[in-house]
Amino acid sequence: MNRLEITETDLQAHVDGQLPGSACVEVEAYLRDHPHEAQRLAEYRRQNESLHGAYDGVLDETVPAHLTDAVRRNDSRWPLLPVLRYAAVLAWVVVGGLIGWQVRGMYGANDSGRSGPLFARHAAVAHVVYSPEVRHPVEVGADQEAHLVAWLSKRIGAPLRVPHLGEQGYALVGGRLLPGLPDDRAPVAQFMYQDVKGQRLTLYVRADADQSRETAFRFAQEKNIGVFYWVDQKLGYALSGDIEKNELLRVAHAVYRQLNP
Amino acid sequence: MDDFGAQVVLVIPRLRRYARALTGDRLPADDLVQDTLERAWSKRHLWRQGSDLRAWMFTIMHNVYVNQVRARIAETALSLDLSPDHGAEDVPARGSPTDRLEVADMDAALRRLPNDQREVLLLVALEQLSYVETANALGIPVGTVMSRLSRARERLRVLLGGVPLTATGVLKVVK
Repeated sequence: MNRLEITETDLQAHVDGQLPGSACVEVEAYLRDHPHEAQRLAEYRRQNESLHGAYDGVLDETVPAHLTDAVRRNDSRWPLLPVLRYAAVLAWVVVGGLIGWQVRGMYGANDSGRSGPLFARHAAVAHVVYSPEVRHPVEVGADQEAHLVAWLSKRIGAPLRVPHLGEQGYALVGGRLLPGLPDDRAPVAQFMYQDVKGQRLTLYVRADADQSRETAFRFAQEKNIGVFYWVDQKLGYALSGDIEKNELLRVAHAVYRQLNP
Repeated sequence: MDDFGAQVVLVIPRLRRYARALTGDRLPADDLVQDTLERAWSKRHLWRQGSDLRAWMFTIMHNVYVNQVRARIAETALSLDLSPDHGAEDVPARGSPTDRLEVADMDAALRRLPNDQREVLLLVALEQLSYVETANALGIPVGTVMSRLSRARERLRVLLGGVPLTATGVLKVVK
């Protein structure tokens, strides 16, 4: 190759290692004679390194569950159309409402249920509304756990701690803020967990300032959703999931132990 | 088809890296990845078994990006393009004391590239696609890839302070 034929394309390709060996020799000879060009290409190579330095960290991040879900979920033989998914959620909300009225009837409309059955019902409804979400199951992801806890603590008005349930097979997905119970302005926090099969549990937490007592675990079943709920150190907790009762209890114990080390 | 899903999962980290560099922000980046995954699934019958899935996914991501995100981002880019010297003072010179600053420099500089140049630069320099793969992914001739790449690099060099400022402080355009 005649040195006069060296083009900008050859120089770019040299930076990217996309130049065939023979042409490489020619370009290197050219660069020896043109130090300014050599310097320019060295800068481009540094740009490549800076790009990797800036973004390679993303490769090590845990992939958000909703992204892997998008593929795994779709892997089922009968992928649920989005519209059907919403219909399913809506149906759950209606079911939740009906159950709620029944519960209300059973326990009396005066039961504000701040840490009682109504609390469990709200936790179950929140569970069925948000746990099927593929795209936005949480507002703040587990990768921003410190921010999540600080934010929810501030909004709830009590210092929260988020249990880690890795030993029980559940990873934190993240959390969100929800409206509180009727007649009660205090908002509620919901933490979401997921196991490797995509089975989700939610932990519903609210400040319970006027009931600074402890209660035992109580259990409520709302359709498929089991709920263990209790009050501990001014906070009311409800752990909900569509899993076997003993399994749910095992996780509830783990939550309790972590919050009371 | 299970096989397809499993292979796609392996590509997700690369898609996220590219999307993050492209959009500069975590949430829009993951939304872009999500839309790309959904579209790839609906078009999976078009993927030739044995061909490079990653390159194919980048093609899809480019189309999604163009269709759904570009309009929004172009607005920002346009306002920056209208004042080419905008922000020149707050782009620190090369040789920043910390890596963190260098990362911020690179990210800020990328935002100041036109979208078409940024896409080419990232596919080549970050994702290490060949020029031909990049041309295929973006649906443009290889010659266009080369000219955009060249312009992107030169513009970055100016933005990152590799090219001296003139006495007036206005960026000197070096061809």
